[in-house]
Amino acid sequence: MKYIDPHIHMVSRTTDDYMRMALAGCVCITEPAFWNAFDRGSVHGFRDYFVQLTQYEPRRAGKYGIEYYSWICINPKEADDPAFAREVISIIPEFLESERVVGIGEIGLNKNTKNELVILEEQIALASEYDQLILVHTPHLEDKLKGTRLIMDAISANSGIDPDRVLIDHAEEHTVSEILDRGYWAGLTIYPNTKCTPQRAVDIIEMYGPDRIWINSAADWGDSDPLSVPKVRFEMRQRGYTDELIEKITHRNPVEFLSQSERFHYRYE
Amino acid sequence: MIKEKIHNTLTSKEVIDRYFPENRAKLIDLAAFFDRMDRTSDSHAAGSDYRLTAFFEALNILSDGEANRAGRILEIFSDKTAELPQSADGVKGATGAAKNGE
Repeated sequence: MKYIDPHIHMVSRTTDDYMRMALAGCVCITEPAFWNAFDRGSVHGFRDYFVQLTQYEPRRAGKYGIEYYSWICINPKEADDPAFAREVISIIPEFLESERVVGIGEIGLNKNTKNELVILEEQIALASEYDQLILVHTPHLEDKLKGTRLIMDAISANSGIDPDRVLIDHAEEHTVSEILDRGYWAGLTIYPNTKCTPQRAVDIIEMYGPDRIWINSAADWGDSDPLSVPKVRFEMRQRGYTDELIEKITHRNPVEFLSQSERFHYRYE
Repeated sequence: MIKEKIHNTLTSKEVIDRYFPENRAKLIDLAAFFDRMDRTSDSHAAGSDYRLTAFFEALNILSDGEANRAGRILEIFSDKTAELPQSADGVKGATGAAKNGE
């Protein structure tokens, strides 16, 4: 059975991971631009990273039969210096021309600062100007609830953004209801300690239904698991879910959201 | 917006059979965490730590019989202040619980 991992940071992973994902049924991934565990010292560092996301990584994924797309932005952890962040934002439009870029992401907040918020607003405006999908990173742990609300308020303040074209990721039990109620898509991220477990992700689906939700691993350089999505599928199967429902949540839903981008050519079969 | 549990076809016995062992282990881990704290050289100081204060508040929810326990516990650990700092001043991470007025 095929699946999509719509949020994974493969620049931090090995080819062994690509092989294991392919063997588990992964056919397509999207990779958001993120913080690579250190602050880049210049805009040139971001340019090189964006080239990696748009030219090199698609080829690496292709060797394993995995269709690859990316998202471009300055992430919230490096957005706390507005002058520097604006330099990075100035080079983003040239990468939005890439045939593999499906939107602006993962933008959002980290420590809910005024500096982060103004850069978030500027990137929301950029997405509106270039008619791009938005992938949102919500803050970690104690900062998530407040940050998720601030982010949704910032997006709704921009009349050019349709919430149906925005996915708010890393949702948990205390944020998913508001996200869905306000018309956004919600992402459930599976992490060993700091986000959802496969069991909790399936609990959330049971409470809020299978619509407008996707599952992802957000696997990166830290504690994370590139096989998280198949583990959620296994959990659903253990609970007696039908193949149709498992397929919807881990394959058809991400296709439905991502197909709103004219750059996304993967077709559900 | 909590909907009906449409998709869970398991019985309560099946849920207990399937999930009891792993959650029993988590409960014992939690007890061992508190025992470990008791053996520290300054165990009396632990009670004033804002993370443990939130932790003990959260424990009450486990046995209150009300729904959405996970969501309510996550809210206890959440920052409830309205103010926004200008900058994070280089801080990237989170501790897992908010100081909320400390």
